[in-house]
Amino acid sequence: MIREEQKMQDITPDSLIRSVQAMKDGGKRLVQIGCARIGDIFEINYSFDKDYNFENLKLTIPSGLEVPSVSGIYTCAFVYENEIHDLYGIEITGIAIDFKGTFIRTSIKYPFGVVSSKEEDACQNKL
Amino acid sequence: MSKQVVIPFGPQHPVLPEPLHLDLVLEDEKVVDAIPTIGYVHRGLEKLVEKREYPQYVYIAERICGICSFIHGMTYCQGIEGIMNLEIPKRADYLRTIWSEYSRMHSHLLWLGLFADAMGFESLFMNAWRLREHILDDLEATTGGRVIQGSCKVGGVRRDISSEKLDEMASGLDSMQGELHDLVNVFLRDSSVRHRLKGTGILSKDDAYLQGAVGPTIRASGHSYDTRKIGYAAYGDLSFEPVVASAGDSYARCEVRAKEMFTSIDIVKQAVKKIPDGPIDMKVTGAPDGEYFARSEQPRGEVIHYIKGNGTKFLARHRVRTPTLANITPLVTILKGCELADVPIIVLSIDPCIGCAER
Repeated sequence: MIREEQKMQDITPDSLIRSVQAMKDGGKRLVQIGCARIGDIFEINYSFDKDYNFENLKLTIPSGLEVPSVSGIYTCAFVYENEIHDLYGIEITGIAIDFKGTFIRTSIKYPFGVVSSKEEDACQNKL
Repeated sequence: MSKQVVIPFGPQHPVLPEPLHLDLVLEDEKVVDAIPTIGYVHRGLEKLVEKREYPQYVYIAERICGICSFIHGMTYCQGIEGIMNLEIPKRADYLRTIWSEYSRMHSHLLWLGLFADAMGFESLFMNAWRLREHILDDLEATTGGRVIQGSCKVGGVRRDISSEKLDEMASGLDSMQGELHDLVNVFLRDSSVRHRLKGTGILSKDDAYLQGAVGPTIRASGHSYDTRKIGYAAYGDLSFEPVVASAGDSYARCEVRAKEMFTSIDIVKQAVKKIPDGPIDMKVTGAPDGEYFARSEQPRGEVIHYIKGNGTKFLARHRVRTPTLANITPLVTILKGCELADVPIIVLSIDPCIGCAER
């Protein structure tokens, strides 16, 4: 089996737009934007591809920090950014089509976000 | 400018097997904008990585989708194997490839049937689903399940297929090819089908790429992008060319899926010839610590399973980007400018799987 190389580059909120624009200028396709919560820290991965070369930009932010939208560069980012907002509660500013929290309907607000233990318990009791 | 009206399309609609809502902004009969809403069937499956050990989670990963379930399970396993640097037995890779291609054929036949049904061509629908039964019979005979197989696991596969059965499967596909040609001929040559599909919902080559389209949707717009070309599982050992069309319309998307079934048959036959003897799994100890993006080609296009392990039996994160989620933006683009009467056909032409998209 051929295993893909995992290219990962760390970026900061200040360099996000510049880095994503560089990907677009390089003719790369936006593959996905995904988020992971590690404690109180969020990791947002921006994945790109060109000719089967897969690359990722990793943005690490503390809870409560706003992130600029990249949907002005790649329109299709609006799907992923709305999803991240609805599941994690991360404020993403300037989304091309902003559903303002109604894109993914969840029974509790921000199920993957930083929640209090009381909310966590309420969530687990529903499972 | 005519007066604009907004017509809600879905979440319940005869052509939609799953709930998707579109607010269609119309000027007379022309769609000038479409605003999608999903979220009716969000199940929070990714959250379950915190409650199920990573080997158990394969069963949940399979249940992300009721159509391309095997490939979800396989891609998840590939992600775990990538983090743990496991080199699974070659025979397991071949078996995964064979079941993946069977999944593709059954998914495409399902879609062709639904597409025919949406056009009001009932006999074509029944013929597509009749042929699909042959594929499902082989899946059931070799895995025990028709749509949820449960045959993949971290470190290999759970079941082997005897060489006699493999030969029987290859000859069964051979004898099915004639009927499949007849079916595809109707989809591609019948004047009423062509009239209904040609020129509707055109996605340009540039839009397909920049808007992140995947699978038959991007290949119908002139790109040869096919994740199988990365060479995961046994695809690196097998020879095939992605099916590409250039018109970018609903007919082209139908053509790509129809012709891909013959590519799948060819891949299965190559795999049956080349499959090596040997074990089908390996012992896996420890727990994944690290992160990995696993990509594979589902019937609807590229799927990504992002897995982050923390050295325990419970993963820190599992995130799935399904092909339908990637194809939503291209769908919105192709709906702009179409006639209201064409909306159901265009929506169905991207083969939306909403349960999959929402997880």
